[in-house]
Amino acid sequence: MEIVLALAIGVLTASGVWLILRPRTFQVIIGLSLLSYAVNLFILVMGRLSSNAAPILPIRAAGDPTQFADPLPQALVLTAIVISFATTALFLVVLLASRGLTGTDHVDGRESER
Amino acid sequence: MSSFADHLTIAPVVLPLFAAAIMLALGGDHRVLNATLNVGSTAALIAIAIVLLRAADAAPLGLSAVYRLGNWPLPFGIDLVLDRLAAIMLLLASVLGLAAVVFSLARWHRVGAYFHPLVQLLLMGINGAFLTGDLFNLFVFFEVLLAASYGLALHGSGSARVMAGMHYIVVNLVASLLFLIGVSLIYGVAGTLNMADLAARIPTIRSEDRALLEAGAGILGIAFLVKAGMWPLCFWLPDTYAAAPPPVAALFAILTKVGVYILLRLWPLLFGGQAGAAGYFGGEGLLVGGLATVAFGAIGILASQDLARLASYSVLVSSGTVLAAIGMERTGMTGGALFYLVSSTLGLAALFLLIELVERGREPGADMLAVTRELYGEEHELEDTTHIGLVLPITMGVLGLAFICCALVLAGLPPLSGFIGKFALLTAALNPQADTISVAAWCFIAVLILSGLSTLIAMTRSGINVFWASPDRTVPRVRAIETVPVVALILLCAVQTIEAGPMMRFMYATAESLHAPNQYVRSVLGSAGEAPKSQRVDQ
Repeated sequence: MEIVLALAIGVLTASGVWLILRPRTFQVIIGLSLLSYAVNLFILVMGRLSSNAAPILPIRAAGDPTQFADPLPQALVLTAIVISFATTALFLVVLLASRGLTGTDHVDGRESER
Repeated sequence: MSSFADHLTIAPVVLPLFAAAIMLALGGDHRVLNATLNVGSTAALIAIAIVLLRAADAAPLGLSAVYRLGNWPLPFGIDLVLDRLAAIMLLLASVLGLAAVVFSLARWHRVGAYFHPLVQLLLMGINGAFLTGDLFNLFVFFEVLLAASYGLALHGSGSARVMAGMHYIVVNLVASLLFLIGVSLIYGVAGTLNMADLAARIPTIRSEDRALLEAGAGILGIAFLVKAGMWPLCFWLPDTYAAAPPPVAALFAILTKVGVYILLRLWPLLFGGQAGAAGYFGGEGLLVGGLATVAFGAIGILASQDLARLASYSVLVSSGTVLAAIGMERTGMTGGALFYLVSSTLGLAALFLLIELVERGREPGADMLAVTRELYGEEHELEDTTHIGLVLPITMGVLGLAFICCALVLAGLPPLSGFIGKFALLTAALNPQADTISVAAWCFIAVLILSGLSTLIAMTRSGINVFWASPDRTVPRVRAIETVPVVALILLCAVQTIEAGPMMRFMYATAESLHAPNQYVRSVLGSAGEAPKSQRVDQ
């Protein structure tokens, strides 16, 4: 499972980095989304991988910490997802405004001269 | 934990939040009511910040309150920590906030929707970032202030603003992602996000995990350095600041300082001398990067053709100087840097506001013409002689005087506070703890003095162009409410000069507690509160 997740994060990050370096605003926003997926997975992995483990200790039972999933990264991911969703939506508005004002979807507002 | 004074700690976050919520509920139509609320709330923030500042300064160890949200025991819950550094930054932010809001009342708040609630949300994010003692909470407040700043940078629209704003948003979104990666790496290694707990745990981290921790800290640092505008992460800054509406640019003067503040807070705490093998990690990077930023900013100032860009590059010089001083990792340096930070931020905000007033009387592109005239010497026409002997109108007098004061503060010349800040930095650099002055200190001294010189040259040049040599200028129509914030900010610099003794004492005390983080850790974790009942049953 580790190798699958690691590959997924790697592929998402690589695609995201490539896309945010592209000259079209739409590519940039998709790149940002992919990067934020990669980061969300990464945060989850930082709490160590475990399957079939509850995140909460039962009341009045100390339990072995290795049997339980770390709940904190899950909470962090939730916050990060909400925030990146909101900022992506905001960026989408700016993207449309820029398209309307400049008539091009180039990130610099004008086509590059070749 | 129940008295009113304790809850005052969270007021700088809650008050703007409620003010913004009420404004949004009112809607954009009630402009007068919104403006009143905004001014009232920001003025109340100043009052609160002064009370908190006095409390923090009077407290032993300079740390007056650890506010546990929801009364959760530390290090599990989120805490707000009020110490001298947080208090002085709170005061600075709210002063800039009030100046910008009052300035905007003349006309800028009308050029787009939701100016007032956005300012309040920005202040909420800034104040929260100053107060919080938890890394992830810091991320959340960072996002609050960034989201508000995106809206404000685009206030008034127009294609220049949208283009600069788009770059600003992308750069900051990527920086936020780096922030998250850094935070999660640190959590993965240290198992905590509370700053004090983290500082306590770092010396005990196994050596094979230290590389991962340092990678996390480095990535986290990059996120803050993007915000602080360290070279080579600063190319977004001049465009955005020059394109932003003037009151917003004045507010943004504190945004770079938020990044600087976090470094000041976290770096000596986590990687100070007590951190064992991880100590002093990255200090050289800060120093070199800071010096490069100052050099880049100084060249940018000389090369700028319009005043707004000149001011934006001055922002880089200011934050670069502070970054380099932090990188020196010495109490005297940090104290001087704090004094310099306050004075240069006030001066920059005044300059951003002033520029708009000055530019109003000139046709667009006049700066370009002025530089061209200088280059080709085409100004030997005698038409201007008719104007000789005319008494300058009072407006131009006030604006010119204010411009001179800004130049004095930013270039660091006496008698204003910029001089005292730079003098403190130079004194600290020339009085090392070791016998010899290091090469780094000499570089710092040279760069500091040269950057002051280039600021002075550039501001003198543009001052002559704007106030004396500009052909067919009309006196700008300036309302009193617009000059008041500018004059007030400059007066604050003057007060800082007159009260330099007590202020320097305060700054040095702040620096001392920053460089003795064990006290911070003990005060924060010592107030951990009762353990929850279930945990006791478990044992």
